[in-house]
Amino acid sequence: MKLHEYRSKLLFSKCGVPIPRGRVALTAHEAKTIARELGGPVVIKAQVLVGGRGKAGGIRLVHTPEEAEEAARQILGMQIKGLPVRKVLVDEVAEIRSEIYLGVTNDRAARCPVMIASAEGGIDIEEVARTHPEKIVRIHIDPLLDLREYQARHLAVSIELPRVHWRNFIDIADGLYKVFTTSDATLAEINPLVITGDNRLLALDGKMVLDDNALFRQPDLAEMRDLDEEAPTEREARRYGLSYVKLDGTIGCMVNGAGLAMATMDVINSFGAQPANFLDIGGGAGAEKVAAALHLILKDANVQAVMFNIFGGITRCDEVARGILTTLDEYKSDIPMVARLVGTNEEEGNKLLAEAKVITATSLTDAAEKVVALAVESQLQ
Amino acid sequence: MSILINKDTRLIVQGITGREGIFHTSRMMEYGTQVVAGVTPGKGGEWVLEGKVPVFDTVHLAVEITGANTSVIFVPARFAPDAVLEAVDAGITLIVCITEGIPIRDMMKVRQYLNQQGSRLVGPNSPGLLSPGECKVGIIPGHITQPGNIGVVSRSGTLTYEVLYALKLQAIGVSTCVGIGGDPIYGTSFIDVLGMFEVDAHTDKIVLIGEIGGTDEEQAAEYISDHITKPVIAFIAGRTAPPGKRMGHAGAIVEGGAGLASDKIAALESAGVSVVEYPENISDFLK
Repeated sequence: MKLHEYRSKLLFSKCGVPIPRGRVALTAHEAKTIARELGGPVVIKAQVLVGGRGKAGGIRLVHTPEEAEEAARQILGMQIKGLPVRKVLVDEVAEIRSEIYLGVTNDRAARCPVMIASAEGGIDIEEVARTHPEKIVRIHIDPLLDLREYQARHLAVSIELPRVHWRNFIDIADGLYKVFTTSDATLAEINPLVITGDNRLLALDGKMVLDDNALFRQPDLAEMRDLDEEAPTEREARRYGLSYVKLDGTIGCMVNGAGLAMATMDVINSFGAQPANFLDIGGGAGAEKVAAALHLILKDANVQAVMFNIFGGITRCDEVARGILTTLDEYKSDIPMVARLVGTNEEEGNKLLAEAKVITATSLTDAAEKVVALAVESQLQ
Repeated sequence: MSILINKDTRLIVQGITGREGIFHTSRMMEYGTQVVAGVTPGKGGEWVLEGKVPVFDTVHLAVEITGANTSVIFVPARFAPDAVLEAVDAGITLIVCITEGIPIRDMMKVRQYLNQQGSRLVGPNSPGLLSPGECKVGIIPGHITQPGNIGVVSRSGTLTYEVLYALKLQAIGVSTCVGIGGDPIYGTSFIDVLGMFEVDAHTDKIVLIGEIGGTDEEQAAEYISDHITKPVIAFIAGRTAPPGKRMGHAGAIVEGGAGLASDKIAALESAGVSVVEYPENISDFLK
């Protein structure tokens, strides 16, 4: 789950990271009020959970409260990469002398958190990593010891930060790491951390991603979820305990288990068609869950054929068949369907489906071949 | 013969009185696994499964009284890190964690602690281990495979079953199947298991089932080219998965250009591994 810039910066600030004065506004009028309070030039920033806001015109520098209102009005009407802008952040403008990058994330290969700093702030850090890898400094953090002061100092020295800023930088690094661990984040990033004209360090932009598996113990943060982050179908899937990702193809697929679901998508692709989704119904799904899953698949207008691939262990094939049949009764869909059910109660499951004219298959490749052929056929008609 | 588990494995089940715990305990016992005890805090003194298995309040007590050496964990995600650490402290040498959805911060601490101790963790988010004909620890269905000379190591659950079953249809059996789990931070890696299969006298060939996310397959490829003399056949799931989207497993995500299936396949192939396009084709390389 991602957090908006203004939420991230408020969390940073609580841990002692200096941020610009400013507030979030839901309307243009509010933006004007905030701009007046702040006095002087302000920056109006769209709060959406995608990168590239600046290029899309979602960040504007203005000089008067009236200009702030007009800029906010325009930005609040925008869509950035398909996401509507519902809030803007109004921040005081800082004079920038130089820009630094500072972030914490988890290093999978090293199995611990890693703090990353670079003197090349303000731009995409992955871009810097590609073009100037020598300009990025990393330190790994022992999760049992947490960040030590000497490590933060090492970063400051390595990015050639002037000595006068070391103390503040170390405190900011410490604060950022605290936010990262206490929020169960998988990313906490200040980009840029600037040195201002009056020689202060200031976190101009902030970004956080949280570990979905830890939200149970972060109730306050869990409430900050922006529903626009997820497609409505993905949100609905989550409610039913299904794992669903919409894709661009035409073959809907329903599978139990994530690895098998990916393999099923790949095999469909090998037979020359594209999967319409990733869908894992999990272990031991009953008829009701299967029905909900099939509803999701059939809601996608691109779907021309559906494939079921169930390897029954705890999941019972007859339960899956019943869930499919309930949905078919309701929908009267004429979309062709191919089912491959193996394992617990497969005979009964296959019998039920054959009676309902669902085509059955004996193996993964057999099913994929049949469903792709049917999709091509239905396209020709 | 087998790696990690065998006929002499003395197993305890942490979370035995839960729905999943009790169901799979009975399956493991039907398979012939010696389940010597269960642990559920607050239920010590009870007996489950028609009085066959005693329940203890702590892992320490269960180990002291039954001499258990292996544990399988079915407790909910928020209690699972503690369950792993309790097993480590009680001197359990092999801990298998089935639980899915453990916060990554907790797993990193557990993993770091494990590095300093003598115990091995398999998982979390693992289907467990199966040494056909000898012992089953976890949830892999027993009837879908048979004893043989193929070692199987996988990050997935049902995809592994698919492969085991396809091998069985070709009358190909397995020495041990190890599910290392689909989480980004785990206890036992491909490399650990590959090393064990290499020295296991009863494993002749190795099947590796990977998926998108992380760089464990790439590291495995490097290890294979340096240390493994037995033939390795691999399947990598997720060639068609889009970047930035988590595909079910917490660890199955292409991020910042890392974790692509194509990179893993290329690395494995350059290490001399046969990478198949369909899971069903694995048996072609094993005959």
